[in-house]
Amino acid sequence: MEWSAIYLTLRLALVVCAVLLAIGMPLAWWLATSRWRWKFLLEAVVALPLVLPPTVLGFYLLVAMGSESPAGNLYRRLFGHGLPFTFTSLAIASVIYSLPFAVQPMLAAFSQVDRNLINASAILGASRTRTFWRIVVPLSSGGIVTGAVLSFAHTLGEFGVVLMVGGNIPGVTRTISIAIYDHVQALDYAGANRMALLLMGFSFLTLSLTYAANRRMWAVWPLRR
Amino acid sequence: MRQEGSSASASPLIVDVVKRLDRFALQAHFEAAAGFTMLLGPSGSGKTTLLNCIAGLMRPDSGRIAAGTKVLFDSRSGVDTPPERRRIGYLFQDLALFPHLTVAQNVGYGITGVPAAQRDRQAAALLESFRIAHLAQRKPAEISGGEKQRAALARSLAVNPGVLLLDEPLSALDRETRSNIIDDLRAWNAARSIPIVFVTHFAEEAFALGERVIVMEAGRIMAQGMPQEVLAAPRHETIAQVVGFENVFDATVTALHEHQGTMLCRPLGAECELEVPLIRTEAGAAVRIVIRAGDIMIAAQRPHGLSARNTVPGRIQSIRREGVAVILAVDAGVIFEVHVTPGAARELNLERGSEVWLIIKTYSCNLVDPRA
Repeated sequence: MEWSAIYLTLRLALVVCAVLLAIGMPLAWWLATSRWRWKFLLEAVVALPLVLPPTVLGFYLLVAMGSESPAGNLYRRLFGHGLPFTFTSLAIASVIYSLPFAVQPMLAAFSQVDRNLINASAILGASRTRTFWRIVVPLSSGGIVTGAVLSFAHTLGEFGVVLMVGGNIPGVTRTISIAIYDHVQALDYAGANRMALLLMGFSFLTLSLTYAANRRMWAVWPLRR
Repeated sequence: MRQEGSSASASPLIVDVVKRLDRFALQAHFEAAAGFTMLLGPSGSGKTTLLNCIAGLMRPDSGRIAAGTKVLFDSRSGVDTPPERRRIGYLFQDLALFPHLTVAQNVGYGITGVPAAQRDRQAAALLESFRIAHLAQRKPAEISGGEKQRAALARSLAVNPGVLLLDEPLSALDRETRSNIIDDLRAWNAARSIPIVFVTHFAEEAFALGERVIVMEAGRIMAQGMPQEVLAAPRHETIAQVVGFENVFDATVTALHEHQGTMLCRPLGAECELEVPLIRTEAGAAVRIVIRAGDIMIAAQRPHGLSARNTVPGRIQSIRREGVAVILAVDAGVIFEVHVTPGAARELNLERGSEVWLIIKTYSCNLVDPRA
Protein backbone atom coordinates (compact mmCIF):
# COMPACT_ATOMS: atom_id res chain seq x y z
CA MET A 1 0.00 0.00 0.00
CA GLU A 2 1.22 3.48 -0.79
CA TRP A 3 0.05 5.25 2.31
CA SER A 4 1.44 8.58 1.20
CA ALA A 5 -0.76 8.48 -1.91
CA ILE A 6 -3.80 7.54 0.18
CA TYR A 7 -3.11 10.25 2.71
CA LEU A 8 -2.53 12.83 -0.01
CA THR A 9 -5.72 11.90 -1.81
CA LEU A 10 -7.83 12.15 1.36
CA ARG A 11 -6.22 15.46 2.27
CA LEU A 12 -6.89 16.83 -1.20
CA ALA A 13 -10.51 15.65 -1.17
CA LEU A 14 -11.15 17.21 2.24
CA VAL A 15 -9.60 20.54 1.26
CA VAL A 16 -11.55 20.63 -1.99
CA CYS A 17 -14.76 19.70 -0.19
CA ALA A 18 -14.28 22.47 2.36
CA VAL A 19 -13.42 25.08 -0.24
CA LEU A 20 -16.39 24.06 -2.37
CA LEU A 21 -18.75 24.34 0.59
CA ALA A 22 -17.46 27.84 1.21
CA ILE A 23 -17.72 29.11 -2.36
CA GLY A 24 -20.32 26.69 -3.73
CA MET A 25 -23.11 27.68 -1.32
CA PRO A 26 -23.03 31.43 -2.03
CA LEU A 27 -22.57 30.74 -5.74
CA ALA A 28 -25.51 28.33 -5.81
CA TRP A 29 -27.66 30.77 -3.81
CA TRP A 30 -26.80 33.53 -6.21
CA LEU A 31 -27.62 31.31 -9.20
CA ALA A 32 -30.89 30.30 -7.56
CA THR A 33 -32.08 33.83 -6.84
CA SER A 34 -30.39 36.22 -9.26
CA ARG A 35 -32.43 37.72 -12.06
CA TRP A 36 -29.36 38.89 -13.93
CA ARG A 37 -29.92 38.66 -17.64
CA TRP A 38 -26.60 36.99 -18.44
CA LYS A 39 -26.82 34.49 -15.59
CA PHE A 40 -27.00 31.60 -18.06
CA LEU A 41 -23.42 32.30 -19.11
CA LEU A 42 -22.18 31.71 -15.58
CA GLU A 43 -24.37 28.61 -15.32
CA ALA A 44 -22.69 27.29 -18.45
CA VAL A 45 -19.23 28.06 -17.09
CA VAL A 46 -20.02 26.26 -13.82
CA ALA A 47 -21.22 23.21 -15.77
CA LEU A 48 -18.27 23.15 -18.22
CA PRO A 49 -16.17 20.63 -16.22
CA LEU A 50 -19.01 18.13 -16.67
CA VAL A 51 -18.50 17.98 -20.40
CA LEU A 52 -14.88 18.97 -21.04
CA PRO A 53 -12.18 16.29 -21.12
CA PRO A 54 -10.01 16.69 -18.00
CA THR A 55 -7.01 17.18 -20.24
CA VAL A 56 -8.50 20.30 -21.80
CA LEU A 57 -9.32 21.74 -18.41
CA GLY A 58 -5.95 20.69 -17.04
CA PHE A 59 -4.11 22.15 -19.99
CA TYR A 60 -5.68 25.57 -19.62
CA LEU A 61 -5.23 25.54 -15.87
CA LEU A 62 -1.57 24.67 -16.37
CA VAL A 63 -1.18 27.57 -18.78
CA ALA A 64 -3.07 29.90 -16.44
CA MET A 65 -0.91 28.95 -13.46
CA GLY A 66 2.39 28.90 -15.33
CA SER A 67 5.05 31.56 -14.88
CA GLU A 68 4.13 33.07 -18.25
CA SER A 69 0.69 34.07 -16.96
CA PRO A 70 0.10 37.11 -14.73
CA ALA A 71 -1.45 34.96 -11.97
CA GLY A 72 1.33 32.42 -12.05
CA ASN A 73 3.92 35.17 -12.13
CA LEU A 74 2.34 36.88 -9.15
CA TYR A 75 2.31 33.62 -7.22
CA ARG A 76 5.98 33.04 -7.98
CA ARG A 77 6.88 36.50 -6.75
CA LEU A 78 4.84 36.09 -3.56
CA PHE A 79 5.94 32.57 -2.62
CA GLY A 80 9.27 32.20 -4.36
CA HIS A 81 8.35 29.11 -6.39
CA GLY A 82 6.07 28.25 -9.28
CA LEU A 83 2.49 27.23 -8.79
CA PRO A 84 2.22 24.17 -11.05
CA PHE A 85 3.16 20.75 -9.65
CA THR A 86 2.37 21.77 -6.05
CA PHE A 87 -0.40 20.66 -3.73
CA THR A 88 -1.94 24.13 -4.03
CA SER A 89 -2.19 23.88 -7.79
CA LEU A 90 -3.75 20.46 -7.41
CA ALA A 91 -6.32 21.87 -4.97
CA ILE A 92 -7.18 24.82 -7.21
CA ALA A 93 -7.59 22.58 -10.24
CA SER A 94 -9.69 20.07 -8.30
CA VAL A 95 -11.95 22.81 -6.94
CA ILE A 96 -12.70 24.00 -10.45
CA TYR A 97 -13.05 20.47 -11.78
CA SER A 98 -15.50 19.45 -9.03
CA LEU A 99 -17.40 22.75 -8.93
CA PRO A 100 -20.52 21.49 -10.76
CA PHE A 101 -20.73 18.47 -8.49
CA ALA A 102 -21.01 20.76 -5.49
CA VAL A 103 -23.07 23.56 -7.04
CA GLN A 104 -25.71 21.59 -8.93
CA PRO A 105 -27.24 19.71 -5.96
CA MET A 106 -27.12 22.85 -3.81
CA LEU A 107 -28.71 24.88 -6.58
CA ALA A 108 -31.42 22.27 -7.00
CA ALA A 109 -32.11 22.28 -3.26
CA PHE A 110 -32.11 26.08 -2.96
CA SER A 111 -34.48 26.41 -5.91
CA GLN A 112 -36.91 24.06 -4.23
CA VAL A 113 -37.22 26.13 -1.07
CA ASP A 114 -40.71 27.62 -1.11
CA ARG A 115 -40.43 31.23 -2.24
CA ASN A 116 -43.15 32.14 0.27
CA LEU A 117 -40.99 31.00 3.19
CA ILE A 118 -38.28 33.37 2.02
CA ASN A 119 -40.87 36.15 1.68
CA ALA A 120 -42.25 35.36 5.12
CA SER A 121 -38.77 35.59 6.59
CA ALA A 122 -38.27 39.01 5.00
CA ILE A 123 -41.65 40.23 6.24
CA LEU A 124 -40.61 39.12 9.72
CA GLY A 125 -37.66 41.48 9.52
CA ALA A 126 -34.87 39.09 8.57
CA SER A 127 -32.06 40.26 6.30
CA ARG A 128 -31.15 38.21 3.25
CA THR A 129 -28.18 36.73 5.11
CA ARG A 130 -30.28 35.73 8.10
CA THR A 131 -32.91 34.25 5.80
CA PHE A 132 -30.21 32.25 4.05
CA TRP A 133 -28.76 30.76 7.24
CA ARG A 134 -31.98 30.32 9.23
CA ILE A 135 -34.38 29.19 6.49
CA VAL A 136 -32.69 28.29 3.22
CA VAL A 137 -29.72 26.29 4.54
CA PRO A 138 -31.66 24.13 7.03
CA LEU A 139 -34.30 23.37 4.41
CA SER A 140 -31.62 22.51 1.84
CA SER A 141 -29.41 20.41 4.08
CA GLY A 142 -29.91 17.36 1.86
CA GLY A 143 -28.66 19.15 -1.23
CA ILE A 144 -25.76 20.72 0.63
CA VAL A 145 -24.62 17.37 2.03
CA THR A 146 -25.01 15.80 -1.40
CA GLY A 147 -22.92 18.55 -2.96
CA ALA A 148 -20.21 18.14 -0.36
CA VAL A 149 -20.11 14.35 -0.65
CA LEU A 150 -20.14 14.36 -4.43
CA SER A 151 -17.32 16.87 -4.63
CA PHE A 152 -15.35 14.85 -2.06
CA ALA A 153 -15.92 11.58 -3.90
CA HIS A 154 -15.29 13.13 -7.28
CA THR A 155 -11.95 14.54 -6.12
CA LEU A 156 -10.95 11.14 -4.73
CA GLY A 157 -11.07 9.64 -8.16
CA GLU A 158 -9.92 12.36 -10.52
CA PHE A 159 -7.02 11.62 -12.78
CA GLY A 160 -6.61 13.72 -15.90
CA VAL A 161 -6.57 17.14 -14.32
CA VAL A 162 -4.22 15.94 -11.58
CA LEU A 163 -1.83 14.52 -14.13
CA MET A 164 -1.83 17.71 -16.20
CA VAL A 165 -1.44 20.17 -13.35
CA GLY A 166 0.23 18.19 -10.63
CA GLY A 167 2.35 15.66 -12.42
CA ASN A 168 3.46 12.70 -10.37
CA ILE A 169 5.47 13.78 -7.36
CA PRO A 170 5.27 11.30 -4.46
CA GLY A 171 3.79 12.89 -1.34
CA VAL A 172 2.99 16.12 -3.16
CA THR A 173 0.82 15.38 -6.17
CA ARG A 174 0.85 11.61 -6.53
CA THR A 175 -2.74 10.67 -5.72
CA ILE A 176 -4.29 7.20 -5.66
CA SER A 177 -5.46 7.35 -9.26
CA ILE A 178 -1.98 8.34 -10.46
CA ALA A 179 -0.48 5.57 -8.38
CA ILE A 180 -2.80 3.06 -10.00
CA TYR A 181 -1.77 4.30 -13.42
CA ASP A 182 1.89 3.87 -12.43
CA HIS A 183 1.28 0.34 -11.23
CA VAL A 184 -0.39 -0.58 -14.50
CA GLN A 185 2.40 1.01 -16.50
CA ALA A 186 4.83 -1.11 -14.52
CA LEU A 187 2.65 -4.19 -15.14
CA ASP A 188 2.16 -4.50 -11.35
CA TYR A 189 -1.47 -5.56 -11.65
CA ALA A 190 -1.65 -6.77 -8.06
CA GLY A 191 -0.54 -3.38 -6.76
CA ALA A 192 -2.98 -1.61 -9.09
CA ASN A 193 -5.77 -3.88 -7.93
CA ARG A 194 -5.13 -3.17 -4.23
CA MET A 195 -5.33 0.58 -4.77
CA ALA A 196 -8.27 0.37 -7.18
CA LEU A 197 -10.22 -1.85 -4.83
CA LEU A 198 -9.56 0.54 -1.99
CA LEU A 199 -10.74 3.51 -4.01
CA MET A 200 -13.83 1.71 -5.24
CA GLY A 201 -14.75 0.45 -1.79
CA PHE A 202 -14.26 3.83 -0.20
CA SER A 203 -16.25 5.67 -2.87
CA PHE A 204 -19.09 3.17 -2.69
CA LEU A 205 -19.19 3.43 1.09
CA THR A 206 -19.26 7.22 1.07
CA LEU A 207 -22.00 7.43 -1.51
CA SER A 208 -24.21 4.73 -0.05
CA LEU A 209 -23.97 6.28 3.42
CA THR A 210 -25.05 9.61 1.99
CA TYR A 211 -27.86 8.17 -0.05
CA ALA A 212 -29.06 6.18 2.94
CA ALA A 213 -29.01 9.24 5.14
CA ASN A 214 -30.96 11.30 2.65
CA ARG A 215 -33.43 9.34 0.60
CA ARG A 216 -34.88 12.36 -1.12
CA MET A 217 -31.67 12.87 -3.00
CA TRP A 218 -31.35 13.26 -6.73
CA ALA A 219 -30.85 9.77 -7.97
CA VAL A 220 -27.39 9.46 -9.50
CA TRP A 221 -27.41 12.58 -11.60
CA PRO A 222 -27.57 15.85 -9.69
CA LEU A 223 -28.34 18.08 -12.64
CA ARG A 224 -32.10 18.01 -12.45
CA ARG A 225 -33.55 21.20 -11.00
CA MET B 1 -40.82 45.56 25.43
CA ARG B 2 -40.53 47.85 22.44
CA GLN B 3 -43.29 50.37 22.51
CA GLU B 4 -42.87 52.25 19.26
CA GLY B 5 -45.83 50.26 17.99
CA SER B 6 -48.30 51.99 20.23
CA SER B 7 -47.10 55.45 19.30
CA ALA B 8 -47.78 54.73 15.65
CA SER B 9 -50.87 52.72 16.45
CA ALA B 10 -53.72 54.91 15.27
CA SER B 11 -52.02 55.83 12.01
CA PRO B 12 -53.95 54.83 8.91
CA LEU B 13 -52.57 52.95 5.94
CA ILE B 14 -52.67 55.12 2.84
CA VAL B 15 -52.28 53.38 -0.49
CA ASP B 16 -52.26 54.87 -3.96
CA VAL B 17 -50.54 52.59 -6.43
CA VAL B 18 -50.50 51.57 -10.08
CA LYS B 19 -48.99 48.30 -11.23
CA ARG B 20 -49.25 46.82 -14.68
CA LEU B 21 -50.01 43.11 -14.63
CA ASP B 22 -50.45 40.54 -17.38
CA ARG B 23 -54.19 40.81 -17.75
CA PHE B 24 -54.92 44.27 -16.36
CA ALA B 25 -53.44 47.16 -14.50
CA LEU B 26 -53.82 47.26 -10.76
CA GLN B 27 -54.95 50.72 -9.84
CA ALA B 28 -55.88 51.22 -6.22
CA HIS B 29 -56.34 54.23 -4.04
CA PHE B 30 -57.68 53.77 -0.56
CA GLU B 31 -57.13 54.55 3.06
CA ALA B 32 -57.47 51.94 5.80
CA ALA B 33 -58.07 53.31 9.27
CA ALA B 34 -57.64 51.34 12.49
CA GLY B 35 -59.75 48.20 12.55
CA PHE B 36 -60.89 45.79 9.87
CA THR B 37 -60.95 46.90 6.26
CA MET B 38 -62.32 44.12 4.10
CA LEU B 39 -60.90 43.78 0.60
CA LEU B 40 -63.56 41.90 -1.34
CA GLY B 41 -63.30 40.67 -4.89
CA PRO B 42 -63.35 37.56 -7.06
CA SER B 43 -60.22 35.44 -7.50
CA GLY B 44 -57.73 37.11 -9.77
CA SER B 45 -58.98 40.64 -9.15
CA GLY B 46 -55.60 41.78 -7.87
CA LYS B 47 -56.16 41.55 -4.12
CA THR B 48 -53.01 39.56 -3.34
CA THR B 49 -50.93 41.71 -5.68
CA LEU B 50 -52.13 44.75 -3.79
CA LEU B 51 -51.11 43.19 -0.47
CA ASN B 52 -47.72 42.25 -1.93
CA CYS B 53 -47.18 45.85 -2.99
CA ILE B 54 -48.04 47.06 0.50
CA ALA B 55 -45.72 44.48 2.08
CA GLY B 56 -42.89 45.34 -0.31
CA LEU B 57 -42.72 41.94 -1.98
CA MET B 58 -43.73 43.57 -5.26
CA ARG B 59 -42.79 46.95 -6.55
CA PRO B 60 -45.58 49.16 -7.87
CA ASP B 61 -44.92 50.96 -11.15
CA SER B 62 -45.81 54.21 -9.50
CA GLY B 63 -47.62 55.64 -6.53
CA ARG B 64 -47.21 56.02 -2.82
CA ILE B 65 -47.74 53.82 0.23
CA ALA B 66 -47.58 55.19 3.76
CA ALA B 67 -48.37 53.87 7.21
CA GLY B 68 -49.24 57.04 9.04
CA THR B 69 -46.34 59.41 8.57
CA LYS B 70 -43.93 56.60 7.68
CA VAL B 71 -43.53 56.49 3.90
CA LEU B 72 -42.97 52.91 2.74
CA PHE B 73 -42.97 53.56 -0.97
CA ASP B 74 -42.98 56.70 -3.06
CA SER B 75 -42.07 56.49 -6.73
CA ARG B 76 -41.62 60.25 -6.97
CA SER B 77 -39.07 60.59 -4.18
CA GLY B 78 -37.60 57.13 -4.87
CA VAL B 79 -38.47 55.68 -1.47
CA ASP B 80 -38.80 51.89 -1.51
CA THR B 81 -38.40 50.44 1.97
CA PRO B 82 -37.44 46.74 1.75
CA PRO B 83 -39.99 44.33 3.25
CA GLU B 84 -37.80 43.48 6.23
CA ARG B 85 -37.92 47.11 7.38
CA ARG B 86 -41.61 47.86 6.76
CA ARG B 87 -42.80 46.39 10.05
CA ILE B 88 -45.91 44.95 8.44
CA GLY B 89 -47.66 41.82 9.63
CA TYR B 90 -48.63 39.58 6.74
CA LEU B 91 -50.58 36.37 7.06
CA PHE B 92 -50.01 34.51 3.79
CA GLN B 93 -52.76 32.55 2.17
CA ASP B 94 -50.67 29.38 2.51
CA LEU B 95 -49.45 30.50 5.97
CA ALA B 96 -45.78 29.81 5.11
CA LEU B 97 -44.90 28.48 8.55
CA PHE B 98 -41.26 27.43 8.68
CA PRO B 99 -41.49 23.63 8.63
CA HIS B 100 -38.17 23.01 10.38
CA LEU B 101 -38.92 25.27 13.35
CA THR B 102 -41.25 24.65 16.27
CA VAL B 103 -44.36 26.77 16.78
CA ALA B 104 -42.54 28.77 19.46
CA GLN B 105 -39.53 29.30 17.19
CA ASN B 106 -41.80 30.35 14.36
CA VAL B 107 -43.54 32.92 16.54
CA GLY B 108 -40.24 34.09 18.01
CA TYR B 109 -38.60 34.43 14.59
CA GLY B 110 -39.67 38.02 14.06
CA ILE B 111 -38.74 39.21 17.53
CA THR B 112 -35.22 40.56 17.16
CA GLY B 113 -32.99 43.06 18.89
CA VAL B 114 -33.92 41.85 22.38
CA PRO B 115 -32.23 39.31 24.67
CA ALA B 116 -33.24 35.71 24.09
CA ALA B 117 -35.08 35.44 27.39
CA GLN B 118 -37.22 38.46 26.59
CA ARG B 119 -37.87 37.17 23.09
CA ASP B 120 -39.09 33.88 24.53
CA ARG B 121 -41.35 35.72 26.99
CA GLN B 122 -42.89 37.82 24.20
CA ALA B 123 -43.41 34.75 22.02
CA ALA B 124 -44.98 32.90 24.95
CA ALA B 125 -47.37 35.79 25.55
CA LEU B 126 -48.47 35.72 21.91
CA LEU B 127 -48.94 31.96 22.02
CA GLU B 128 -51.07 32.51 25.10
CA SER B 129 -53.22 35.19 23.41
CA PHE B 130 -53.98 32.83 20.56
CA ARG B 131 -54.51 29.77 22.77
CA ILE B 132 -51.67 27.69 21.36
CA ALA B 133 -49.25 27.78 24.30
CA HIS B 134 -49.59 24.00 24.66
CA LEU B 135 -48.31 23.54 21.09
CA ALA B 136 -45.13 25.58 21.56
CA GLN B 137 -42.76 22.67 21.02
CA ARG B 138 -44.58 21.09 18.09
CA LYS B 139 -43.57 21.38 14.46
CA PRO B 140 -46.10 22.80 11.96
CA ALA B 141 -46.63 19.37 10.41
CA GLU B 142 -47.84 18.06 13.77
CA ILE B 143 -50.71 20.48 14.39
CA SER B 144 -54.18 20.94 12.89
CA GLY B 145 -55.25 23.45 10.26
CA GLY B 146 -56.86 25.80 12.76
CA GLU B 147 -53.82 25.62 15.03
CA LYS B 148 -51.57 26.42 12.07
CA GLN B 149 -53.67 29.48 11.34
CA ARG B 150 -53.33 30.60 14.95
CA ALA B 151 -49.57 30.01 14.90
CA ALA B 152 -49.11 31.92 11.64
CA LEU B 153 -51.29 34.76 12.90
CA ALA B 154 -49.35 34.98 16.17
CA ARG B 155 -46.10 34.95 14.21
CA SER B 156 -47.20 37.80 11.96
CA LEU B 157 -48.06 39.89 15.03
CA ALA B 158 -44.69 39.22 16.68
CA VAL B 159 -42.99 42.01 14.75
CA ASN B 160 -45.33 44.44 16.54
CA PRO B 161 -46.65 45.55 13.16
CA GLY B 162 -48.03 48.95 12.27
CA VAL B 163 -50.29 47.36 9.67
CA LEU B 164 -51.64 43.82 9.43
CA LEU B 165 -52.41 42.17 6.09
CA LEU B 166 -54.47 38.98 6.03
CA ASP B 167 -54.74 37.17 2.69
CA GLU B 168 -57.85 35.03 2.66
CA PRO B 169 -57.05 33.72 6.09
CA LEU B 170 -59.14 31.10 7.77
CA SER B 171 -60.91 30.24 4.52
CA ALA B 172 -60.24 26.55 5.03
CA LEU B 173 -61.71 26.59 8.52
CA ASP B 174 -65.19 25.92 9.79
CA ARG B 175 -67.31 28.87 10.81
CA GLU B 176 -66.90 28.49 14.56
CA THR B 177 -63.10 28.11 14.54
CA ARG B 178 -62.96 31.09 12.24
CA SER B 179 -65.03 33.39 14.42
CA ASN B 180 -63.05 32.33 17.51
CA ILE B 181 -59.80 33.33 15.83
CA ILE B 182 -61.33 36.61 14.68
CA ASP B 183 -62.45 37.31 18.23
CA ASP B 184 -58.92 36.70 19.51
CA LEU B 185 -57.55 38.99 16.83
CA ARG B 186 -60.05 41.70 17.75
CA ALA B 187 -59.04 41.34 21.37
CA TRP B 188 -55.38 41.66 20.42
CA ASN B 189 -56.08 44.75 18.34
CA ALA B 190 -58.29 46.44 20.94
CA ALA B 191 -55.28 47.90 22.72
CA ARG B 192 -53.25 48.61 19.59
CA SER B 193 -55.84 49.61 17.01
CA ILE B 194 -53.76 49.14 13.89
CA PRO B 195 -55.28 48.95 10.42
CA ILE B 196 -56.07 45.36 9.44
CA VAL B 197 -56.58 44.71 5.73
CA PHE B 198 -58.50 41.47 5.37
CA VAL B 199 -58.75 39.95 1.91
CA THR B 200 -61.69 37.68 1.16
CA HIS B 201 -63.83 36.58 -1.72
CA PHE B 202 -66.79 35.82 0.53
CA ALA B 203 -69.22 38.70 0.54
CA GLU B 204 -70.90 37.53 3.75
CA GLU B 205 -67.57 37.52 5.54
CA ALA B 206 -66.69 40.97 4.23
CA PHE B 207 -69.95 42.51 5.29
CA ALA B 208 -70.05 40.69 8.61
CA LEU B 209 -66.53 41.55 9.81
CA GLY B 210 -65.54 44.78 8.24
CA GLU B 211 -65.87 48.30 9.49
CA ARG B 212 -65.06 49.25 5.91
CA VAL B 213 -65.43 47.31 2.69
CA ILE B 214 -63.47 47.77 -0.51
CA VAL B 215 -64.79 45.98 -3.58
CA MET B 216 -62.21 45.12 -6.23
CA GLU B 217 -62.63 43.85 -9.75
CA ALA B 218 -59.96 43.44 -12.44
CA GLY B 219 -57.45 45.50 -10.51
CA ARG B 220 -59.73 48.42 -9.82
CA ILE B 221 -61.59 49.52 -6.74
CA MET B 222 -65.25 49.54 -7.70
CA ALA B 223 -66.66 50.78 -4.40
CA GLN B 224 -65.54 51.45 -0.88
CA GLY B 225 -67.13 52.62 2.29
CA MET B 226 -69.17 51.35 5.21
CA PRO B 227 -70.71 47.94 4.53
CA GLN B 228 -74.22 49.40 4.28
CA GLU B 229 -73.10 52.12 1.90
CA VAL B 230 -71.41 49.67 -0.42
CA LEU B 231 -74.24 47.18 -0.22
CA ALA B 232 -77.15 49.58 -0.41
CA ALA B 233 -76.38 51.33 -3.64
CA PRO B 234 -74.21 49.38 -6.01
CA ARG B 235 -73.53 51.49 -9.02
CA HIS B 236 -71.67 48.87 -10.98
CA GLU B 237 -72.77 45.52 -12.20
CA THR B 238 -69.64 43.78 -10.87
CA ILE B 239 -70.37 44.96 -7.36
CA ALA B 240 -73.83 43.48 -7.60
CA GLN B 241 -72.30 40.17 -8.62
CA VAL B 242 -69.58 40.31 -6.00
CA VAL B 243 -71.92 41.44 -3.30
CA GLY B 244 -74.59 38.96 -4.19
CA PHE B 245 -77.65 40.56 -5.64
CA GLU B 246 -79.83 37.70 -6.61
CA ASN B 247 -82.02 39.49 -9.14
CA VAL B 248 -80.51 41.16 -12.15
CA PHE B 249 -82.81 42.22 -14.99
CA ASP B 250 -82.11 43.86 -18.27
CA ALA B 251 -84.92 46.31 -18.87
CA THR B 252 -86.16 49.04 -21.17
CA VAL B 253 -87.18 52.46 -19.92
CA THR B 254 -90.83 53.02 -20.86
CA ALA B 255 -91.63 56.35 -19.19
CA LEU B 256 -89.93 59.03 -17.13
CA HIS B 257 -91.70 60.78 -14.22
CA GLU B 258 -89.19 63.52 -13.64
CA HIS B 259 -91.27 65.45 -11.12
CA GLN B 260 -91.64 62.30 -8.97
CA GLY B 261 -88.01 61.26 -9.30
CA THR B 262 -88.97 57.91 -10.70
CA MET B 263 -89.30 56.14 -14.01
CA LEU B 264 -90.97 53.02 -15.37
CA CYS B 265 -89.04 50.10 -16.82
CA ARG B 266 -90.13 46.86 -18.37
CA PRO B 267 -87.82 43.91 -17.78
CA LEU B 268 -87.10 42.17 -21.07
CA GLY B 269 -89.55 39.30 -21.52
CA ALA B 270 -91.96 40.46 -18.82
CA GLU B 271 -95.44 42.02 -19.04
CA CYS B 272 -95.08 43.96 -15.82
CA GLU B 273 -93.50 47.35 -15.36
CA LEU B 274 -91.40 48.37 -12.41
CA GLU B 275 -91.19 51.82 -10.94
CA VAL B 276 -87.54 52.53 -10.19
CA PRO B 277 -85.50 55.55 -9.11
CA LEU B 278 -84.92 58.07 -11.86
CA ILE B 279 -81.53 58.23 -13.51
CA ARG B 280 -80.35 60.44 -16.33
CA THR B 281 -81.61 58.51 -19.35
CA GLU B 282 -84.40 58.55 -21.88
CA ALA B 283 -87.41 56.46 -22.81
CA GLY B 284 -86.43 53.39 -24.79
CA ALA B 285 -82.97 53.22 -23.23
CA ALA B 286 -81.58 49.95 -21.92
CA VAL B 287 -80.89 49.76 -18.20
CA ARG B 288 -80.08 47.01 -15.72
CA ILE B 289 -81.93 46.60 -12.47
CA VAL B 290 -80.68 44.63 -9.46
CA ILE B 291 -82.84 43.68 -6.51
CA ARG B 292 -81.85 41.74 -3.44
CA ALA B 293 -83.97 38.67 -2.88
CA GLY B 294 -84.53 39.69 0.72
CA ASP B 295 -85.94 43.08 -0.30
CA ILE B 296 -88.94 41.59 -2.09
CA MET B 297 -92.09 41.01 -0.05
CA ILE B 298 -94.63 38.42 -0.97
CA ALA B 299 -98.43 38.44 -0.57
CA ALA B 300 -100.86 35.59 -1.01
CA GLN B 301 -103.70 37.92 -2.05
CA ARG B 302 -103.70 41.03 -4.14
CA PRO B 303 -102.52 43.70 -1.70
CA HIS B 304 -104.27 47.06 -1.20
CA GLY B 305 -103.29 50.33 0.35
CA LEU B 306 -99.54 49.90 0.17
CA SER B 307 -96.90 52.56 -0.11
CA ALA B 308 -94.79 50.22 -2.19
CA ARG B 309 -95.26 51.16 -5.83
CA ASN B 310 -94.67 47.80 -7.43
CA THR B 311 -97.02 44.86 -7.01
CA VAL B 312 -96.28 42.18 -9.56
CA PRO B 313 -98.44 39.08 -9.97
CA GLY B 314 -96.69 35.80 -10.48
CA ARG B 315 -96.67 32.08 -9.86
CA ILE B 316 -94.30 30.13 -7.64
CA GLN B 317 -92.14 28.04 -9.91
CA SER B 318 -90.03 26.38 -7.25
CA ILE B 319 -89.60 26.51 -3.51
CA ARG B 320 -86.71 25.15 -1.44
CA ARG B 321 -85.35 25.62 2.01
CA GLU B 322 -81.73 26.56 2.58
CA GLY B 323 -80.66 26.94 6.19
CA VAL B 324 -82.96 29.46 7.81
CA ALA B 325 -84.23 30.88 4.52
CA VAL B 326 -86.90 29.70 2.13
CA ILE B 327 -85.90 30.47 -1.43
CA LEU B 328 -88.67 31.01 -3.95
CA ALA B 329 -88.47 31.34 -7.70
CA VAL B 330 -91.48 33.34 -8.85
CA ASP B 331 -92.41 33.46 -12.51
CA ALA B 332 -93.73 36.87 -13.52
CA GLY B 333 -92.65 36.74 -17.14
CA VAL B 334 -89.13 36.90 -15.76
CA ILE B 335 -88.02 34.85 -12.78
CA PHE B 336 -87.66 36.67 -9.47
CA GLU B 337 -85.70 35.10 -6.64
CA VAL B 338 -87.34 35.89 -3.31
CA HIS B 339 -86.18 34.96 0.20
CA VAL B 340 -88.70 34.61 3.02
CA THR B 341 -88.58 33.04 6.46
CA PRO B 342 -89.89 29.50 6.97
CA GLY B 343 -92.61 30.93 9.24
CA ALA B 344 -93.88 33.25 6.52
CA ALA B 345 -93.82 30.47 3.95
CA ARG B 346 -95.90 28.29 6.29
CA GLU B 347 -98.40 31.00 7.19
CA LEU B 348 -98.99 31.99 3.56
CA ASN B 349 -99.22 28.34 2.50
CA LEU B 350 -96.63 28.94 -0.15
CA GLU B 351 -96.09 25.98 -2.43
CA ARG B 352 -95.23 25.23 -6.01
CA GLY B 353 -97.88 26.68 -8.32
CA SER B 354 -99.30 29.19 -5.80
CA GLU B 355 -100.43 32.54 -7.20
CA VAL B 356 -98.65 35.33 -5.36
CA TRP B 357 -97.99 39.05 -5.60
CA LEU B 358 -94.51 40.44 -5.30
CA ILE B 359 -94.20 43.76 -3.51
CA ILE B 360 -91.12 45.79 -4.34
CA LYS B 361 -90.37 49.29 -3.15
CA THR B 362 -89.11 51.72 -5.74
CA TYR B 363 -85.91 52.24 -3.82
CA SER B 364 -85.25 48.52 -3.50
CA CYS B 365 -84.69 48.58 -7.24
CA ASN B 366 -81.07 49.53 -7.85
CA LEU B 367 -79.90 50.60 -11.26
CA VAL B 368 -76.46 49.48 -12.21
CA ASP B 369 -74.34 50.67 -15.01
CA PRO B 370 -73.63 47.68 -17.26
CA ARG B 371 -70.72 49.46 -18.91
CA ALA B 372 -68.69 49.80 -15.72
